[in-house]
Order: sequence, then structure tokens, then C-alpha cells
Amino acid sequence: MTGIEAVRKVFHKAREARRPALIFYWPVGYPDLEASVRIVAALAQAGADLIELGLPFSDPLADGPVIQRATQRALERGVRTPDVLEAVVRLRAIGVALPLCLMTYVNPIIAWGVPRFLEEAAQAGVDGLIVPDLPLEEAEELRAAADAIGLAWAPLAAPTTPDERLARIAATATGFLYLVSVTGITGARDRLPPDGILQLRRARRAACGVPVAIGFGISRPEHVRELAFEADGLIIGSALIQHGEACGFDEEALSAFVRALREAVPGSPA
Amino acid sequence: MIRLISPPIQERPGYFGPYGGRYVPETLIPALEELEAAFREAVNDLGFLREFEDLLRTYVGRPTPLTEARRLGEAVGARIFLKREDLAHTGAHKINNALGQALLAKRLGKRRVVAETGAGQHGVATATACALLGLECVIYMGTADMARQRPNVFRMRLLGAEVRPVDAGSQTLKDAINEAIRDWVTNVRTTHYLLGSALGPHPYPLIVRTFQSVIGVEARAQMLEQFGRLPDVAVACVGGGSNAIGLFAAFLEDPVELIGVEAGGEGISSGRHATRFVDGDRGRLGVLHGTRTYVLQDPWGQILDTHSISAGLDYPAVGPEHAWLRDRKRVHYTAVTDAEALAAFQSLARLEGILPALESAHAVAEAMRLASARPGAWILVNLSGRGDKDLETVAKALGEAPFSV
Ligand SMILES: Cc1ncc(COP(=O)(O)O)c(C=O)c1O
Repeated sequence: MTGIEAVRKVFHKAREARRPALIFYWPVGYPDLEASVRIVAALAQAGADLIELGLPFSDPLADGPVIQRATQRALERGVRTPDVLEAVVRLRAIGVALPLCLMTYVNPIIAWGVPRFLEEAAQAGVDGLIVPDLPLEEAEELRAAADAIGLAWAPLAAPTTPDERLARIAATATGFLYLVSVTGITGARDRLPPDGILQLRRARRAACGVPVAIGFGISRPEHVRELAFEADGLIIGSALIQHGEACGFDEEALSAFVRALREAVPGSPA
Repeated sequence: MIRLISPPIQERPGYFGPYGGRYVPETLIPALEELEAAFREAVNDLGFLREFEDLLRTYVGRPTPLTEARRLGEAVGARIFLKREDLAHTGAHKINNALGQALLAKRLGKRRVVAETGAGQHGVATATACALLGLECVIYMGTADMARQRPNVFRMRLLGAEVRPVDAGSQTLKDAINEAIRDWVTNVRTTHYLLGSALGPHPYPLIVRTFQSVIGVEARAQMLEQFGRLPDVAVACVGGGSNAIGLFAAFLEDPVELIGVEAGGEGISSGRHATRFVDGDRGRLGVLHGTRTYVLQDPWGQILDTHSISAGLDYPAVGPEHAWLRDRKRVHYTAVTDAEALAAFQSLARLEGILPALESAHAVAEAMRLASARPGAWILVNLSGRGDKDLETVAKALGEAPFSV
């Protein structure tokens, strides 16, 4: 099964079960390489549907303080592209089977060489890519190359994106459309943006059947409840990291966090 | 009417050859499109150009003079001409772009401006333009730069700007830009990002080049008028590349050799420098702050910390048009070390009675070196700013007792 197929299957299954796919972000190398592998395995075990693995970049300009700090720590510990790919290999070796999408900025990909990066990623067991600094006009080369090798492409759209452009962006998605919930950077928020549901409806209309996952700011079970019937996927990042920091990166506590969010989906058994 | 050099026609819009583009989060794309449309309209609008010209003339003090540095020229055996951007209001060329963009912000109906600053000159220029035009102003500045450019931090605050310290990463210009972009992503509907150099996502490199081209247009006319001919060589320092492209833009079609000077820091082999072009190991094609260009990075694409005695040149990427001018061999790029810049700073002070900004001192140093290789050459130097802001740094480097301002 290619990465594209694996990602599609996740959304297909979620749709059949009438619930959103739960997607969790974790930066590889945080708090260290070993621990991040264990944490991701635990998230998978606890019921995550898909994991976004962060490949740290020194200048993450779409990220808020929590992810900045976490990825900076990983870089300080010397975590680089080969370590991230090696972590994927290990996750696969210990039986982690859910789709893994790499989330990184474009410069580490260019530095490694686009073809080489994609080949090594696919070989390691990566299923897809999310690159927040590659908007529609700049993404085509990487998207096409990813497509050719079977890696899913999840482009981003924002509240500022006009409908017509949103449709063109969605048409390039081979995994899902990543809807940024706010005009802003990543980071947990107490409350969802007031127009979040309207944004979701707008995006799904324009996306013509492409699954839409919403991220940036989702942090609590009530957010999940609120969005459960509107989104194809919910992406949780900073809140998970903060939770990890608060519990000393205890895998059991992180698993409980994932389960709590799963149980918040109306009518779904954990 | 003011003359500016029109933006070059781009074969692939937003690109200079393979460099440039718009590598930013999707949230910003509509704002960049809106900015480009407003800019293209403005530079064809006589009302806008008249307002810009009026401000440059009656507020900035343009045209800035062209001064022959006779004693320095004699000392090194060449003729050296200084384009005196140090005499522009606020003390550097940065004001040209700041005013132009602040006028654009007003045109866009944006009441809030954010900007980054390294040396503090762009921050001061932006704070000044915002005070003049009644705009709210927030400046991001790395804490390392705040420490070495203290007078400018105080100036910005006096001008009514809020200066927000940036403690991330190397605590210099690069990190200030990250933070300014994050602010812009968050407040894009009400805020204009007033980028201070010829870099960043399209259309910034074109906008900054156009507003700064007033430097080259004036200097070219002044050379012809005062000295009856064009220089053999024109030299400018290159941080992001705005003062350099502002000068070069007017000479691209002339038989004038163009030289851009990067910050050599403690020397290329030390690794402590900011030369994107001269260090072929670390300076490689990449993407930083929205543009595809040469970037100082490790083998895995992580951006490297840079070093220069001058905060304004202490930056790991370079404007995309410079990368393209270099590929086509139209501009030659060299590096000058901290020590050479410091020596040039002292020479200009003693021989001409001018304290240059440490950034500009890099260009002066290159001119002096060039003179010894080519006796009798006519060399035009962009003296991009004055050195008042650097007195503390220079005092420390020369082993003088520290003083407070
Ligand atoms: C006086 C002066 N010259 C040069 C520079 C470098 O910038 P650029 O390369 O954009 O001209 C600065 C930046 O702060 C500056 O203050």
C-alpha cells in the first residue's frame, strides 16, 4: 500500500464510522530521540488515526512558542534529517502501522535534495508530507515528485484563502486538505475561533470531497465535540506537547490524553 | 518629478532567474497579492510619486550629496566618491524604503505596521515614518542586537514605537524577521509588514529595490554633473542587499563594474562570518524568510548562526536579485573582515571627518583594497549610513573604556 492509499484509508474509515480522524503532531527528537519514538508508539496504541511527525527546522515561522521550543530542543540535541528517518524505521520495526506524515519546512528538503529526500522518506516508511511554507504556486515540483513515489500531499489553506483558491489548493491534495483554523501560528487556544465551523463548512464545500482536517488551536475534548460533525479530521499539536511537558512525558498520561479526546467524539466507543 | 528605476520585467513573475518566489504560509498569500497590486498601481500614480518625492525632498533631505573623499583617495591612490546616505534623515538609506512602504500601508488602509531590525536603522526609519504618517508601529529586535545598538532602541521608543525583544535563536536579525512574520500572519488583516531589505517573499524584493533606486539615480546624475563621467566601479555593502541594489539598479546598463561586499567577520575559515556567496561550503541554495536564495546552512538545511561586527550585515540569507546578478556575473561579491572594516572606519574618520556606519565601512574597506590593485580608478562608494549607533561597538573593539549613552 502506498502512503497515499494509507492516508486515504484513514479518512475513508473515519467517514464510514461518522467520526473525524484524530491526528496528532509530535516533533521527533523531543524531549530526546528515544523518548519521542516511545511517545509516538504510545499515541498510536491509544487510538490516534494518523501522526504528523515534526522534522525540526531552525526557523519555524508558522509555529508558536510551544512547537518552537520543542523543535529547538531537538536541534540542540543534534537531531537532523537522518535521525528523523531512522526514527520512522524504528517505529515501523516495532509494529507502528498507522500513517506517518512528515511535517517540516522546505529548506531541509531542498538541502537533502528533493528526490533523495522523498526516496529515503518513502523507504523509511513515511506516508505523506506537510510543508507549511510551500503555498500552491511553489509546491508543484515537490507535490508531483511525492505523487510519483506514492507519498501523500496535504496542502494548507487558511481563513484568508478565497473560495476559488481553496478549491484549487484542495485539488492538489492527495491526502487531505489541512485547514488552518485561525489567521495565526500554531499554539493551543482556550477557545476555538468563533467562525471555525463556518470556515470548515466553506472549506468542505470548496474542497469537493477531499477530506478536510482542521488544526491550529485544538486542545480540549469540548473542541473535539464541537467540531466532530463538521470536520473529516482534527489535528492536535501544541496542546499534546504541553500535556507531555506537564506530565514529564509519561506515555501513560499522554495515552490518556488521546483517549479522552477520542471519547469526546459523540457516539464513538473508544 | 522623482525618478525611480522601474521594477525589471520578470520572466517568471516573482522570480529573478531561479531565485525569489513566495515561500510563506498560505495565510499570507492574499496579503502579498494585495500588496503587489497596490505597489504596481502606486508607482504609476503621479499623486503617489509626488507625495513620495515631496517627503524625500523636504523631510529626508534628498538628494543626499555626493562627496569626493580627496584625502582618502590620495592616501590609497585612487579617486573615491561617497554617496552620502549617512546624511539622510535618521542616518541611513533605510528611510527611503520605510517612507515608501508606509505610504503603501496607508494606501492599503492598514493602520498598524510591524518591522524587524538588526542594526536598528531600519527600526528607527520605520518608527520615524510611522510617527510622521500617524501609524501604529511595532519593531522586533533580537536581544543581542538590542545590547549592541542601544541608542537606536531608545530612539525607536522616543519615536513612539513599541520595541519587542526577540530572545529566540541567535537573537539577531534573522530571529527578529521570524517574529515579525509570525506577528504578520496573526494580524494580517490590519497590519502591513514593512520589510527592511531587498529580501523576503515577492513582491518585497521589487518594492525595496524600487524605493531604494533613488540612491543610484541620484548618484549617477551627480557623477555626470559634478565630475563629467561615470565611475569605473561602484561598491556597496550587502546585508540583505537593499542599499546595494538601490545603487546598482541605476548602473546595470552602464559599463560600470559593480561590487557587493559581504561581512567576512573573523574570516571565512573561522566559520564566524556572514558571507553567503564567498563561503561555498556553508552558503548554498535554499529558502529562508520566504525567498529562494543563497543561505548559510548546515548539511541538513538548518540555518547557521552568523557573525559580523556590524549588526546590519549579520544575516544568513541574501536578496534573491543579488544571487541572480552574481550568476550572470554582472556583480562581483567579495568579503571584508571585522578588522578591515574597523580600520576603514578609522581611516574615514581621520582623513575625511566622517564616521561611517560599520556596515558602510565594509564598502569603504573594499574601495581601499581596490585602489591599491587598480591605481587611479574612479570608485563610487555607497556610504549607506552614519556611525553614531556604532560608537559603543567601536570603542569596545578598539579597547577603549566602555561608556554609556
Ligand atoms: C547603514 C546600513 N547599511 C547597510 C545595511 C545593510 O542592509 P542592506 O544590505 O539591506 O542595505 C544596514 C542594515 O541595517 C544599515 O543600517
